[in-house]
Amino acid sequence: MQMIKCPWCGPREEVEYHYGGQAHVAYPAEPAALSDEEWAHYLFFRDNTRGLFAERWVHTAGCRRWFNAVRDTVTYRFHATYRPDEPRPVTA
Amino acid sequence: MSETTSTTATTAQARGSFRTPTGGRVDRTSPVTFTFAGVEHTGYRGDTLASALLADGVHQIGTSIKLGRPRGVGAAWAEDPSSLVQVEEPFPDPMLLASTVEVFDGLVADGVPGQGRLADIADSARYDSRHLHVDLLVVGAGPAGLQAALTAARSGARVALLDEQSEAGGSLLGSDELLDGRPALEWVADAVAELAAAPEVVHLQRTTVFGVYDDGFALAVERRTDHLGGAAPEGTSRQRVWRVRARRTVVAAGAHERPVVFTDNDRPGTMLAGSARTYLHRYGVLAGSRAVVFTTNDSAYRAAVDLADAGVHVAAVVDTRDVAPAHWAVELERRGVPLRTAQAVVGTRGVERVSAALVAPYDRAGLAAGARSSAGVEPEAIECDLLLVSGGWNPAVHLHSQARGKLAFDAGLGAFLPAERLEDLLVAGSAAGTFDLSSCLRQGGASAATALSELGLDVTAVPVPSAAEQPPSSSSSAPDLVWVVPDPSGDSSRQFVDVQRDATVADVQRALGAGLRSPEHVKRYTTIGTAHDQGKTSGVVTSGIIAELLGAAPDAVGTTTFRPPYTPVAFATLAGRDRGQLFDPVRTTSVHDWHVQAGAVWEDVGQWKRPRYYPLAGEDMETAVLRECAAARTGVGILDGSTLGKIDVQGPDAGVLLDRLYTNLMSSLAVGKVRYGVMCGADGMVIDDGTVLRVAEDRFLVMTTTGGAAKILEWMEEWHQTEWPELRVHLASVTEQWAAFPVVGPRSRDVIGAVFGAGGSEDGVDVSNEAFGFMTWQDTTLDGVPVRLARISFSGELAWEVHVDSRYALAVWERLIAAGAPYAITPYGTETMHVLRAEKGYPIIGQDTDGTVTPQDLGMAWVVSKKKPDFVGKRSFARAENQREDRKHLVGLLPVDRETLLPEGSQIIEHREDGVLPSVSETGPVPMLGHVTSSYRSAYLERPFALALVKGGRARVGELLHVPVKGRLVAVEVTSPVLVDPEGARRDG
Amino acid sequence: MTTVDAFSTDPADAVPHTPAAAAAGRLNGTPPRTPGADLPEHPDALWKNPEPKKAYDVVIVGGGGHGLATAHYLVKNHGITNVAVLEKGWLAGGNMARNTTLIRSNYLWDESAAIYEHSLKLWEGLEEDLGYPILFSQRGVLNLAHTLQDVRDSVRRVEANVLNGVDAEWIEPDEVRKICPIVNTSSDIRYPVLGATYQPRAGIAKHDYVGWGFARRIDEAGVDIIQNCEVTGFVRDGNRVTGVRTTRGDIACGTVALAAAGSTSVLTDMLGLRVPIQSHPLQALVSELLEPVHPTIVMSNAVHVYVSQAHKGELVMGAGVDAYNGYGQRGAFHIIERQMAAAVELFPVFARAHLLRTWGGIVDTTPDASPIVGRTPYDNVFLNCGWGTGGFKATPGLGWVFADTIANDEPHPYAAPFSLDRFVTGRLVDEHGAAAVAH
Repeated sequence: MQMIKCPWCGPREEVEYHYGGQAHVAYPAEPAALSDEEWAHYLFFRDNTRGLFAERWVHTAGCRRWFNAVRDTVTYRFHATYRPDEPRPVTA
Repeated sequence: MSETTSTTATTAQARGSFRTPTGGRVDRTSPVTFTFAGVEHTGYRGDTLASALLADGVHQIGTSIKLGRPRGVGAAWAEDPSSLVQVEEPFPDPMLLASTVEVFDGLVADGVPGQGRLADIADSARYDSRHLHVDLLVVGAGPAGLQAALTAARSGARVALLDEQSEAGGSLLGSDELLDGRPALEWVADAVAELAAAPEVVHLQRTTVFGVYDDGFALAVERRTDHLGGAAPEGTSRQRVWRVRARRTVVAAGAHERPVVFTDNDRPGTMLAGSARTYLHRYGVLAGSRAVVFTTNDSAYRAAVDLADAGVHVAAVVDTRDVAPAHWAVELERRGVPLRTAQAVVGTRGVERVSAALVAPYDRAGLAAGARSSAGVEPEAIECDLLLVSGGWNPAVHLHSQARGKLAFDAGLGAFLPAERLEDLLVAGSAAGTFDLSSCLRQGGASAATALSELGLDVTAVPVPSAAEQPPSSSSSAPDLVWVVPDPSGDSSRQFVDVQRDATVADVQRALGAGLRSPEHVKRYTTIGTAHDQGKTSGVVTSGIIAELLGAAPDAVGTTTFRPPYTPVAFATLAGRDRGQLFDPVRTTSVHDWHVQAGAVWEDVGQWKRPRYYPLAGEDMETAVLRECAAARTGVGILDGSTLGKIDVQGPDAGVLLDRLYTNLMSSLAVGKVRYGVMCGADGMVIDDGTVLRVAEDRFLVMTTTGGAAKILEWMEEWHQTEWPELRVHLASVTEQWAAFPVVGPRSRDVIGAVFGAGGSEDGVDVSNEAFGFMTWQDTTLDGVPVRLARISFSGELAWEVHVDSRYALAVWERLIAAGAPYAITPYGTETMHVLRAEKGYPIIGQDTDGTVTPQDLGMAWVVSKKKPDFVGKRSFARAENQREDRKHLVGLLPVDRETLLPEGSQIIEHREDGVLPSVSETGPVPMLGHVTSSYRSAYLERPFALALVKGGRARVGELLHVPVKGRLVAVEVTSPVLVDPEGARRDG
Repeated sequence: MTTVDAFSTDPADAVPHTPAAAAAGRLNGTPPRTPGADLPEHPDALWKNPEPKKAYDVVIVGGGGHGLATAHYLVKNHGITNVAVLEKGWLAGGNMARNTTLIRSNYLWDESAAIYEHSLKLWEGLEEDLGYPILFSQRGVLNLAHTLQDVRDSVRRVEANVLNGVDAEWIEPDEVRKICPIVNTSSDIRYPVLGATYQPRAGIAKHDYVGWGFARRIDEAGVDIIQNCEVTGFVRDGNRVTGVRTTRGDIACGTVALAAAGSTSVLTDMLGLRVPIQSHPLQALVSELLEPVHPTIVMSNAVHVYVSQAHKGELVMGAGVDAYNGYGQRGAFHIIERQMAAAVELFPVFARAHLLRTWGGIVDTTPDASPIVGRTPYDNVFLNCGWGTGGFKATPGLGWVFADTIANDEPHPYAAPFSLDRFVTGRLVDEHGAAAVAH
């Protein structure tokens, strides 16, 4: 079980959080302008990186706030957590 | 249990004759009586089942799973691969090890013939868990672990010292070592006392750290009452899970002695050498009377010497090496113990116990070689009833490996060792491959010091007690690396690698011959390492044998993966308190007790308990629901709707957020008005629905379904926070804060008026249609308590929802009930609510939808805004699949026979002229058009009816279809889903 | 139940006929019999370990159950034998070695029922086909319902199953008790059992035996099984892939078939192909060997349990999927703890069973909880992935259908609904709400 550092609350147990999938996938500015294929990619297609992955988490049982993390999907280790308005940090 | 064991056990001269007159850690003033294999035995408090049985001369514990060969005590703790027992009393417990079960009065156990047996009744013991946060977790209270814990304690760190045995000391318990010139166990006692006095130290014995996970998380199980039997205090949990979060962990878990495989190495009386020493020193038990010691390294000499000193006739020490260690050779000679170098045990004799070791010159050619140098040489039989074996030591690297630390094979030790330092986990003592006492102590202290200084804590060093002089290294000999002593005749089918699985060298050879190379494949082919002990002693040996047979390095072969738990843990222990009513929280409304009094029958809706219906005496559900429905349609009914989700949406951009999430426009809603809305996922499928009240310009109350409450709040937060953080809006759940009671039916105006009207309430409400229109709300008070009334109808009837602070809800509910008495107000449950709404064609999200249904499919195109440029889900409506004419639509179904209640979930097929369901086996699958989502008897319609999702359903209104019900086809007519009051006349009373 | 003479599929009938047993003899006459103690021996020859050839007609990436079964049916149904199966680790060592071996076909949607039922029928003859004792034991599966909505969903699925020719029935709690007396059907548990769906033909099999049975057959037929051979890239020529780069050298290929659950995205990324898959850890666990206590398979959605008692007597359970993406073949322990609570809640007699071992696999999940099988934008690359927790039970069925798709260069009718383009059109096969507990 991970200890995850909420950018607002600090380190808390993994069970307090929910996972939210890939980060930095913005809702399209004009969905109506997208082709079916483009829309499908927004809806259903996400990176499935083996290694460092920028992803979303929410501190459900804490402050209920969303944040982003860079985590290694092989070791599961968190390399960074950051607020949604911050850019993805450079991680080793 | 086999008869042979009983025979052995009851042999008078054998019983009770193996306890030393003095010594050991057992309490000789506290005898305990227990039963094994139907025979009563006496042991002492402090004994394990194995030590007490060995003291009585009982070696055979059970029989092996496949071959039915006798199996005995192979070791003195959890690495024992063979002493499996079934505990019968005080409560059936399958598969424990005799070498780890502590005896107590009244213990009844048997050997396990391969499979354990579960009790056929529930376990009434309690289990619980605790959390522990420490700077340093020390695993193992042997010399290294104690020194580590002392160092951390004196440094003022928060420490957890967890050890799986009944008392601290680790390997010192099974030895006669001196520290600082006095018995080592006195040093242990002092250390334990110091730790007990240290304020920040948690020291637990009988506590096994069974798993190490991420970020310093470790799990341990504490066996709190198992050793007390019937004397266990009432109310104390039997076992406790400790969830430890440690900034650093020092693993000082010791090492397991490694067997050497030879022919017939499975007979009872065959034991790891160090374990016999433990039985002697810790339990005061001689594991036999006449011993042969077979070794490849120096460590077993200690056992030979100690046993000889204790009076065991040591018939021979057999060492595979050409040169014995000089120091020990002298010690043996002094005791008259014959030493045989360059020889090996190649087999044994005996039936239920070893009676002789067969010794021959050690054939160095190895397993893979063809002709045996020993072939034809008659091995010498040395009589013995105890055969001690040592093939070296395997550091207990399990936790390091679980933490994903790398391992490397050390050819000198013949074992896998931690090959890297993990960030938050250090390994010390024999677990790290350090075997002399002084070094273990030093390493334990140093590991703790390293860990603490990395944490920025000041370290107070603890002087290392001085251990007795080790034999000079010049007089010791390098260990031999021997996995298997080749059978002289080449028959490897009785050379047991995994005695519990009856898996032999022959099996490994066959696996390799079949083309297998990976140890994972060999494990699966042979089943080695899959038994109760998970290969604690057999795993490394198997890798060694594979390497030897393939001519590869053990490193190249590797090991199978070490996985938690280190030792088995009971299901119930891990379940802890989360069982029964605590399995999942029960949510009840503030009127719950009233419902109980009223005799409600319950429905689980998410975590909520909701009244399903309120049967009167003699009523079944159907009768009760018909009565409740009739009351709501003709008089007045009342429902506890408090479980509906309620979200308070506040802020200047509240309307903007709602506009983006609902399919329809919410920002245009006037204060004081109510609007129904639907939310879709981005895929365009309906996820929830409900009413929205505009409370103020910058404030809405969003009502969700009961089941959707938490999900929808999270959904709204997700969009707000991650996509539109610029919106000035705040969301909060007020589900628990507000009770909600729909008062429903033609007489609801009378009831609401009586309670809240000018006559009933100080700021009375005019409940006329003109003053209080449909889909509007008004605030009022009742005896000073704020109340909100909203004209919302989920039944089509004239109705008000009464919203009130939950703390006053029961009083308001009772006022409503009292005021309704003249009109026979009838409380109704979820079932009636469902019937009433279904008669009106209102869908229940999650019942009439399944995540594949759009608002258009529900016939709710009207709730989808054409004006808004976008909202969540809108783009998906334009996808090809959503344009199809044959999408499933929500429709009504009326069984033509006016009698059949269609089972909910029934499938719907085309109408068949012959009225017969075609045979699937003859004509293949029968095409399905959809399914029945809701089905009820209608008091109002005086017939059963249903809602259904049907392909192209709206175009089929008026058509006949068939519904198979128990093999019979029921004809149904497709109708509009709205079957009651399609004009909407009833909602105004 | 289909059995063949050489082997019995009923563990209770397992008679020791091992050379080792015969040689060792029994020391004390007839010892207590332990049902299921003697699994059938594996054969003396399984497969060769050849060096890869320069080129193959078909290169299958992934030596798990699906890759091996695909090769088997390429040989058996289409006579295509110039085939290599590339495995980056040890054969059948991914999800094939880690799953909980449930085989059933009681899926809701027609498309799912078709392919899983096809698979189940193949399972029924697989022991004979492979000549290998795969211990397919049709002991039935109960999917428990705990809420009224569970009941509706269950009836819906049963009624659909029946019309699709899948054996299924809805049964009441007293019948649940008859089939599996140890299930807690009392009303005093948190979520009482309201009934169950029952598929009698569902069962379990011994997963290693299945993988090895396929492997031995294709090895005999001349297919090269190449282990420790990781694909590191693809050689592309326009819309075709002409070769596969591996840690054991480049291999030219006529056709490439991807069947590498747990590594799908790594491979498709190399091809620049986007696939809507997320890989998650899924854990499972076993107890010690226990006397027979659990005669069937029980699954529950609300009280998350999936448990059977395997051939040797161990309880085998699948836990819930870990929420986050993960390739680590391990998961978080709180999932296991929750699993234990659920198990003891539904099966009070399991209280003192012991957790012996936990492990994790990698499940590739899709947005609609259905697999992706068929073409890719490359002319000669075929894709099979996204089986989530359904992969093992689909093994022969998928192998058949995928081999047919490859051989005919045309999706088999059972594969067609599972094309990649359904995510664009929206024609999903949404088994989320319908598949009961995922396994």
